[in-house]
Amino acid sequence: MTTTTEVDLDVATYCLRLGDDALVLAQRLCEWAARSPQLEEDVALLNLALDLLGQARSLLTLAGVREGRGRDEDALAFLRDEPDVVNLQLVELENGDFGRTMARQLLVAAYAVPLWQALCASTDADLAAIAGKAVKEVAYHLDHARSWVVRLGDGTEESHRRVQAGFDEVWPYGFELFEVDPLLERLIARGVAADPAALQQVWRATVEEVLAEATLVVPETGWRPTGGRSGAHTEAFGYLLAELQHLHRSHPGVSW
Amino acid sequence: MDEQAFTARVTGDDRVEPRDEMPDGYRRTLVRQIAQHAHSEIIGMQPEGNWITRAPSLRRKAILVAKVQDEAGHGLYLYSAAETLGADRDELLDLLHTGRQKYSTIFNYPATSWADVAAIGWLVDGAAIVNQVPLTRCSYGPYARAMVRICKEESFHQRQGFEAMAVLAAGSPAQRRMAQEALDRWWWPALMMFGPSDVDSPNSAQSMAWGIKRFSNDELRQRFVDATVPQAEFLGLVVPDPDLRRDEETGHYRTGQIDWSEFATVMRGDGPCNRERLARRVAAHDDGGWVREAAAAYAAKHAAARAVAA
Amino acid sequence: MSQPQRPLSGSPQRPLSGSPLWEVFVRSRRGLSHTHAGSLHAPDAHMALRNARDLYTRRQEGVSIWVVRAGDVVASSPDEKDAFFDPAGDKPYRHPTFYEVPDEVQHL
Repeated sequence: MTTTTEVDLDVATYCLRLGDDALVLAQRLCEWAARSPQLEEDVALLNLALDLLGQARSLLTLAGVREGRGRDEDALAFLRDEPDVVNLQLVELENGDFGRTMARQLLVAAYAVPLWQALCASTDADLAAIAGKAVKEVAYHLDHARSWVVRLGDGTEESHRRVQAGFDEVWPYGFELFEVDPLLERLIARGVAADPAALQQVWRATVEEVLAEATLVVPETGWRPTGGRSGAHTEAFGYLLAELQHLHRSHPGVSW
Repeated sequence: MDEQAFTARVTGDDRVEPRDEMPDGYRRTLVRQIAQHAHSEIIGMQPEGNWITRAPSLRRKAILVAKVQDEAGHGLYLYSAAETLGADRDELLDLLHTGRQKYSTIFNYPATSWADVAAIGWLVDGAAIVNQVPLTRCSYGPYARAMVRICKEESFHQRQGFEAMAVLAAGSPAQRRMAQEALDRWWWPALMMFGPSDVDSPNSAQSMAWGIKRFSNDELRQRFVDATVPQAEFLGLVVPDPDLRRDEETGHYRTGQIDWSEFATVMRGDGPCNRERLARRVAAHDDGGWVREAAAAYAAKHAAARAVAA
Repeated sequence: MSQPQRPLSGSPQRPLSGSPLWEVFVRSRRGLSHTHAGSLHAPDAHMALRNARDLYTRRQEGVSIWVVRAGDVVASSPDEKDAFFDPAGDKPYRHPTFYEVPDEVQHL
């Protein structure tokens, strides 16, 4: 048996962060099942959810392996308490209306594309392999979000108003995407993780371009909610986690 | 048109295609049947869809998402098939939303435990497949082609349901109990999915003559029972029918009496979930109105801009 | 004798809350031609293509998709079927099996 190194633990935490992002966003998108504006969109939103769920499974599995404590994807998804779940607050925000969901999707997808592109070149081969698959998926997610944001922004007065309100609400949570902490600095130095500074430029350019095409304005705010990476969450998150975990936890140790 | 010639044609296994002449009754019957089928697919997303966010493992969650997504897709294939008969989807949805067209009564039962999700896959999709496989040879081409695609996809639905049920049946006492209770809840409603006995099913004969239907309700129900009872035995679960026995001569299983008054009650709108299923469907449609309008407005604006540029 | 042109799917161009019907053609793999897979609603071509991808290629059924507005498909009419297709029926000499070749002659 190989011993777990400091680097392994760092990589495990990094994978947990990205895995939790994917899992929590998938969970939110799943809430749209049989509730979306048209049947075609039910199919599309669940496609996004399935991609994210796939990413989450790969990342949590890898996190479990590197951590070396015998936890598999389900142990990590279902048996961690709220302070141990380390997703960005942006992905846990409640869906709101379709406009707000698409605003959130755009902010996440515009970040996910350069993120996974960068991780394709990660010095960690396992992470790079996950990135190779994810990068194609998120390119489609960005296209989906862009298509809708443009149509809603440049559609009717009502849709313009709603999607602008959606952006205004979710925008402050976008700052957390680019925060750096010592763990991330160590992994960037080793070429394992993507550098948020580089991602931010691409993200900003993409989002501004889409908002301009959609005739929407970039929200201005000084408020920068934070703390997701250290397990701080919005109030709404407890309900999400309860729904996600309760059945699994009600029957400890069984197979499904 | 010459109805006799038409009937002779479909009896001779010739397919009918969208722009062909067809008797009004044939068109009406098909539109009603295809629409009900489509409505069933999309209402059927709800009982299982409710469990996506609670699925007990990530693998099961992914499977369930894929399945519910397929159901939306199947609804879309079927609405497309109905459109080839001149019935537009807006109108059909309106008929559903206002209660003037039905969907399968099975989806008016609640899915209250995880085992219900498994039972729906195993029994409800199992019954649906038995019903649908003959429809792949239906006389109306677009419906038959939609059914080919749907049947291919549904076989995964049934298998995943059986597999999930098998895990529960071999699991902890609580899981076994969950599995048995789900079978208790879904067995009879699943048998009712095939519709009333042919003696009491007035439209059956005409649909058979037109090649829309290939087998009688009772024949298909028997096929389902014969296939499913041994599966339940394999799982170590008890089919909730004290009169169930195997007819040694014919090899068929004989079931007890189906309670058709329950079927009629649910059909009339007084099943456990009729109201909430429809309300949820209507709410989704109404809440999404502004999104559809926006997409249409955008398309119109940009089509106009392109026309000016050209 | 010919009826007014209707789209392939038979439905008049009544929009679904403003979204017209599109016919979808999928190339299942390189080397094969696109074949008709079905139809769907979408407000514009871009969304039609995306919806088609999500709806008709969920199981890797395709490597390329065409979408065509149902209203733009010009189809032969069933009323003209005889005039269109029957005249080809009495020209068996177009088919190789029309010709008798002795068994011992190879490569023909």
